[in-house]
Amino acid sequence: MSRIEVPMPQMGESIAEGTVSKWLKAPGDAVERDEAILEISTDKVDAEIPSPSAGVLAEIVVPEGETVEVGTIVAYIEEGGSPSLAAPPPAEAESESSSDGASAGEPAVASPSMPTSPPRAEPAEPPVAATATARPADESDEVACTATSEERLRTRSTPVVRRIAQEAGVDISAVAGTGHQGRVTKQDILGFIEGGAAAAQAAAPEPAGAAPTPAPATRTPAPAAVVPTAPAPSPPPTPPRRPTAPSAAPGDLWKRFHTEVEHPTYPVRDGDRVETMDKMRRLTAEHMVLAKRISPHVHSIIEIDFSAVDRIRREKKARWAERGARVSYTAFVAWACSRILRDFPMVNGTLSGNNIVYRGAVNLGMAVDLNPGLIVPVIHDADDLSLVGTARRIVDLATRAKSRQLSPSEIQGATFTITNPGVLGTMVGMPVIPKGTSAILGTGSIDKRVVVVSDPATGQDTVAVRKRSYFSLGYDHRLVDGADSARFLSQLKELLEEFPEDA
Amino acid sequence: MAGAVWADRTLAVRYPGRVEYADALAMQAELVERRRRGDVPDTLLLLEHPHVITLGSSAHRDHVLLSEPELAARGIGLFETGRGGDVTYHGPGQLVAYPILDLKPDRKDLHLYLRSLEDVLLGTLSAFAITGRRDDSATGVWVDDAKVAAIGIRVSSGWITSHGFALNTDTDLSFFDTIVPCGLSGRPVTSVSRLLGRTVTPRETAPAVVQALREVFGYGSVDDPGAANSKQSR
Repeated sequence: MSRIEVPMPQMGESIAEGTVSKWLKAPGDAVERDEAILEISTDKVDAEIPSPSAGVLAEIVVPEGETVEVGTIVAYIEEGGSPSLAAPPPAEAESESSSDGASAGEPAVASPSMPTSPPRAEPAEPPVAATATARPADESDEVACTATSEERLRTRSTPVVRRIAQEAGVDISAVAGTGHQGRVTKQDILGFIEGGAAAAQAAAPEPAGAAPTPAPATRTPAPAAVVPTAPAPSPPPTPPRRPTAPSAAPGDLWKRFHTEVEHPTYPVRDGDRVETMDKMRRLTAEHMVLAKRISPHVHSIIEIDFSAVDRIRREKKARWAERGARVSYTAFVAWACSRILRDFPMVNGTLSGNNIVYRGAVNLGMAVDLNPGLIVPVIHDADDLSLVGTARRIVDLATRAKSRQLSPSEIQGATFTITNPGVLGTMVGMPVIPKGTSAILGTGSIDKRVVVVSDPATGQDTVAVRKRSYFSLGYDHRLVDGADSARFLSQLKELLEEFPEDA
Repeated sequence: MAGAVWADRTLAVRYPGRVEYADALAMQAELVERRRRGDVPDTLLLLEHPHVITLGSSAHRDHVLLSEPELAARGIGLFETGRGGDVTYHGPGQLVAYPILDLKPDRKDLHLYLRSLEDVLLGTLSAFAITGRRDDSATGVWVDDAKVAAIGIRVSSGWITSHGFALNTDTDLSFFDTIVPCGLSGRPVTSVSRLLGRTVTPRETAPAVVQALREVFGYGSVDDPGAANSKQSR
């Protein structure tokens, strides 16, 4: 049994890296030669990668979602059975030659120009090096014929590198490339920017200097099967696996940190049921992770007496009903929030880069449970609405949310969100602040509680039964201070406990 | 040396009409398999889709601005698909081109292929006296600052291509408001009709696409049943 390496193939002259988008086979699965075993994606392109050999997929080295440079080993194939023990080298050779002509799979394309770590460990032998360099050179010549100078530049680097260069005002052609076929890598460009041209030039030998270590990379006899076809990638020192992480531009890392989510996996046990997340769940999961990553969450809780609200509701219920309006507790809360948010621009704003954006409108996001899933329709310009108007909007949005009839604009642009865990009896919740906003209010259940109240006339304390609720404010502590939150909650409490009759 | 291979090849053009996205996927899968076996020549599918939003492999869900139920309510399908790229919209009035080509032996380069498809689109636009351009940072074809065509491709084992590009000819562009096209927020979309100020149907642009593809790839001959009756309305 021998182990065959499956490297990230070279899928184009200008393609320096690829993302493993999907494994089509799992470890232990039998694979045919040329059978697609994984899919990779580069910008705008998905490609299937065939197995270089028949056998069993022994090990997946690079998980889905990870981006690695061309030549990085992504998996190992264990060649099965005794016959194939002798077979591998011929098989490889065969696939190589067939790729030039007929419909055989792709492995040969992958192999020739692919730097793998084992070959690098061995000093390039002249004959091998010759064949290795011949091809790529060929290809680049071809491309050069059709390429404009702009494209030429484009082919020398990845989009990330170009962006870094553009942002730093650096001409890429002035940077010495240490990557595949002399390509300018992120490390190169960052080195160039940080240390000036001299440092960048010094950087070139550096990875090569690190090369001696990979000797152990010749981890199995298998590479012997690969070496003939994947020989001595002359210049490019194969980077360690996962090169994108350590070598990525800081800006790029931040961008990924703020936009990309990968959920860890856990072993499945007997009797477990495994389902793929539907889209709403995936979107929600991603949003929650990102929202928590971005905002340092703090929650403050206040207890609010609903006696006044309750009284007004009872007194006006009949009159509202005549006008076809149903005014829920939530409507009171939304109305009250919309009145005071103007006084707390940081609560109604968001941090954006190095700026603070104070929103010009008060748009209330109202979380609606769809069971399963949830959606957050938005009451735009909520501060223009009366209490009854607010109530009508809430009923309308909730109804249409449940019948899936919201327009895109009706789920966008929230500046503040209200969620109501209390509706199902929860005493208090610690909600997650939606991305791009600074705060979310969680309203707890409104329950009758035994409380101590003071008679305003005599100052006498008595025990009474009152309808009360805990409200929690989740806020982005970068922008909203604890005292801001306290002031906001106090003002909300005051407004709800002394609710204006003419609201 | 490159030219000779392609000059000996025939490009078959097929017009399946308005095809559900799922059916087009199946159609492509079958053609890819047959092309790999050598049963069919390089084939260009020219068609339209009903309203559908598709998510490429690098799609950000955030770029679909409506929930699945909301999309369903508006009669817009949603597909995760095996092409590269982010989110895009297809619908009536858009010419969708799926070239099922064998890139062997000398076009085995994903970026070269993308650039070639851009060339095809630029050539198509120039037939309507529209000057399109590439964007160094984004695949696709643009006129001024508006995107007129989107590209997303897949290469299957054996260097057989599928998926391709979508040219907005007479597309109702308001549907793009439901997504962040290709993840590029703040960049408008446009159509040939809007650019020319008159209605240009997909059928009208099809011959220019065939011609441009033929020129860019250097096909010796074209088997195009649509060539004779290209004036027919769809």
